[in-house]
Amino acid sequence: MTALQQGLQSCDTCGLLSRPVPGADEGRCPRCDEELVFRKPASLQRTLAYLIAAAVCYVPANVLPVMTTITASGRESDTILQGVVLLWSPTGWPLSLIVLFASIMIPSAKIVALLYLLITVRRGSIENNRQRIRLYRIVEIIGRWSMVDVFVDTFTVALIQLQPLMSVEPAPGLFFFAAVVVLTMLAVESFDPRLIWDSASSKEIQPEVQYA
Amino acid sequence: MLRIASLNRGENELARRMGAKQDLIMHNQPLADASLVACPHCDLLQRLPEIAPGASARCPRCDKELWRRREDSLNRTLALALAALFLFVIANTVPMLGLTAVGHAASTTVVGGAQQLWHDGQEIVAVLVLFAAVVSPGLQIGLMLAIVVAARRERPPAWVGMLLRHLPFARNWSMIEVMLIGVLVALTKIADYATVIPGVALFALFALVFLLAAMQSSFDPREVWNRVRWADEEARHPEAGRQMTEVTL
Repeated sequence: MTALQQGLQSCDTCGLLSRPVPGADEGRCPRCDEELVFRKPASLQRTLAYLIAAAVCYVPANVLPVMTTITASGRESDTILQGVVLLWSPTGWPLSLIVLFASIMIPSAKIVALLYLLITVRRGSIENNRQRIRLYRIVEIIGRWSMVDVFVDTFTVALIQLQPLMSVEPAPGLFFFAAVVVLTMLAVESFDPRLIWDSASSKEIQPEVQYA
Repeated sequence: MLRIASLNRGENELARRMGAKQDLIMHNQPLADASLVACPHCDLLQRLPEIAPGASARCPRCDKELWRRREDSLNRTLALALAALFLFVIANTVPMLGLTAVGHAASTTVVGGAQQLWHDGQEIVAVLVLFAAVVSPGLQIGLMLAIVVAARRERPPAWVGMLLRHLPFARNWSMIEVMLIGVLVALTKIADYATVIPGVALFALFALVFLLAAMQSSFDPREVWNRVRWADEEARHPEAGRQMTEVTL
């Protein structure tokens, strides 16, 4: 039995369960004053919109350089992937792997994972609910780590200002990369995980409840 | 319709005149049984058991942790938040990284990093860095301090709830641990060209990562929500003649 089936609204902010007054289909939480909804409004559309925007930004984020190094002998620009390669050394390889994961794999995996969730919810899938909610939680937790590269570039730029010998400037790719991180975080935030379970609940399939 | 009459009429009239739609949406009726909750991840209705301090309750269907009861939550969180505030101030006032190369010396603070980006024409990214590395952690610590100090009262005022509402947002965008890894990577890169000197702020940030995590995990929001003054204070007292809603599982 879900709260929705009982006509109850659960407050996302304070967790209080309450029932809209007769005749009203929306209300505010009597405890914390938050406006309550049964499900996040237009959750699938919003998530999809953020994902499309993120996927569009993902291309320039990886193709355009994120940093330009200016030395006496000229200018040299690096993309994120070139940064990973440059960092690869007998001592630096663990950090190189972290950047590879955080900057290239996590953003693309996030987009693919959320698309998969969107499609399965849209199709009313009732299978693999536990795996799908776990996937959502992993995406929720690791998403922030993509910001690593933004910080790497920020502090490299801030420190290497040894004009006229050598200086580093941010390049246009950095903006698109930061946009991918923010857009995918917003996509996760606008996705309502309860939608994963709604088809199973409405088809009145009794979940196998295991009490630990 | 009966309920609107019981709202403060003056306030309601004011809201109507100002056209504030939000203030005209009515408050829901609370449940008579306060131990009933719905899982935020799968909406399953269930009863929260009474659990011992340190124990946690999980949703039987999707395994989401619904509540972890903390021992002495307010005192411990206050102590950790004060320590975090102290380190936060240090971390943002003294240099974080220094560098010497062929007679040049340079150093930067966290804010300095954002400033240089702004200066180089990446204003939006600069704002994002400042937001994730300084503003959000500051907000997270500040909100937490205000909440735990005010929640020590017998009946915490309703604004504690307002602050508590924004805590998850601040926490979600506070990325000091991510920044620290970023700084490490930058250090390794720069070490090829120059001698890098880690500043005091770097160590403060390192400690702050652990303090913030400890502060968040010692805090039990349910304890505060259970005692806070309600937005619709009359609704929690059934004897006032207001309807409470019954549910049978």
